[in-house]
Amino acid sequence: MISVRRFATLGCTLLALGVVLLVWQLLTAATGWISPNTFPAPLEVVNALRQIGGEGYANAALYEHVLRSVLLVTMGFVVASTIGVALGLAMGASRTVEALANPVFLLLRPIPPLAWIPLAIVWLGLGDAAKIMVIFFAAFVPSVINSFTGVRQIERPIFEASAMLGVSGVRYWREVLIPGALPSIFTGLRLSLQAAWTTLVAAELVGAVAGLGQILNQASQDIYPAMIVVGMASVAVCGWLMTLGLGWIETRVMPWKPR
Amino acid sequence: MLAPKLDSPRFWTLTIVGAAGFIALWSAAALSGLTTRAFLPAPWDVLLRFAQLVVEPFAGFTLLQHLWSSFQRFGIGFVLAVVVGIPLGLLMAWFRWVDRFVTPAFEAVRFVAPIAWVPFAALWFGTGIGGPVLIIFMGAFPPVLINTYRGAKQVDRKYIEASQMLGASSLRSMTQVLLPAAVPSIVAGLRISAGLGWQSLVGAELIVASSGVGYLMVKGQASVSTATVMSGMIAIGVVGIGIDIALRRVQQWIEDRRGG
Repeated sequence: MISVRRFATLGCTLLALGVVLLVWQLLTAATGWISPNTFPAPLEVVNALRQIGGEGYANAALYEHVLRSVLLVTMGFVVASTIGVALGLAMGASRTVEALANPVFLLLRPIPPLAWIPLAIVWLGLGDAAKIMVIFFAAFVPSVINSFTGVRQIERPIFEASAMLGVSGVRYWREVLIPGALPSIFTGLRLSLQAAWTTLVAAELVGAVAGLGQILNQASQDIYPAMIVVGMASVAVCGWLMTLGLGWIETRVMPWKPR
Repeated sequence: MLAPKLDSPRFWTLTIVGAAGFIALWSAAALSGLTTRAFLPAPWDVLLRFAQLVVEPFAGFTLLQHLWSSFQRFGIGFVLAVVVGIPLGLLMAWFRWVDRFVTPAFEAVRFVAPIAWVPFAALWFGTGIGGPVLIIFMGAFPPVLINTYRGAKQVDRKYIEASQMLGASSLRSMTQVLLPAAVPSIVAGLRISAGLGWQSLVGAELIVASSGVGYLMVKGQASVSTATVMSGMIAIGVVGIGIDIALRRVQQWIEDRRGG
């Protein structure tokens, strides 16, 4: 049975959506209080969506822009988080590695992901290589930090029990360190993914052949507000779907974790 | 078993080895002649450039002036986020209908990366101060709202019932029951939001601004001066750390007061 409260929440959500759309249409197209040059009417957004879905905009159709951005982020994210998690776990497991790697890491850590963009452009130009470098640095730092703290948060009795049972070598990593650090690792991965996505959009805004940031860039130059809204919505939906995907992987990898 | 802590001399030896190794590698790569020094400067080149930027104007201003204009924008955006976020969070926690009304819109907007507001920032404000402020606001606002809301929702039911029994109005309940109880959560949110706001600002300045550290870096990039770009990165990192330390102090101070 659907509870009355859930029904009411759904009703309120739909009502809010309806009111927003109505006010939006009223303020823009119907009364013209907000000039169509500053903010588009809902119908214009639908038209822009049709245009980019069909004939395309900024050198490509919507799905090509999406595919390009999502592929780049996935590549950069997978490489960065693999190296990052490995380094974080090693730093967590060994005090020697921690002491060796920490100074370099302390230097990288406070630099915001977006600040890598100019450096990447100086070194690698406006192509995909620069984007992958930027994504790498954005995604690397959170995955190292969280894997490291994940290992250090494992409770002492677990280490003691595993030592008493003579667990060592590969088994120690596979059955003690990694499962113990997993919740924290996934927190890090989620932060990494968000940072990577934001940074890619920013990098594409600065310069790109195609991609969601390029839609925004082109629409901004053409003063085409409806297309800006389409671009922003695409950024949001893709980010949301990728986060959902990571959440799905998380429940697969950690079936024991209470939801 | 996790190894015990390293003793102090060994720890410091390893730390110095790590740092020295990094600097040596960097210097070797810069001096090897594989690339020009403008492309990959040596560490001391960056430090020299940093010192030079503090004294001589680049892209119109000295480094400190750029930092100051960045910081002003950051301050305005951050204060706006706090001024809107805290009351809205309290309202959402107190009135269920506000919660139901705002949450869907908020969730939809939250998934838009702050940097994706750049086109509208440019369209609405040109290169004025409003553009960067809008982007900082978009970065800094969500953590303030979420943490205020969560903190206010966790208030012990007893206090709310007691205040209602004593005839407190909604306004008084919000400001004198919910708000004080939510303070630790709010301050934690402020730290996150300051970090995100500062990051978003840098991104905004890369695109829409004619002063600020981000702008300095863009100009450095345009003249292929890696040392200038790296100086900008250092300045951003240092100010970011400074902001976090200041807020951590505030957090500590509040916790001490509440504990006593």
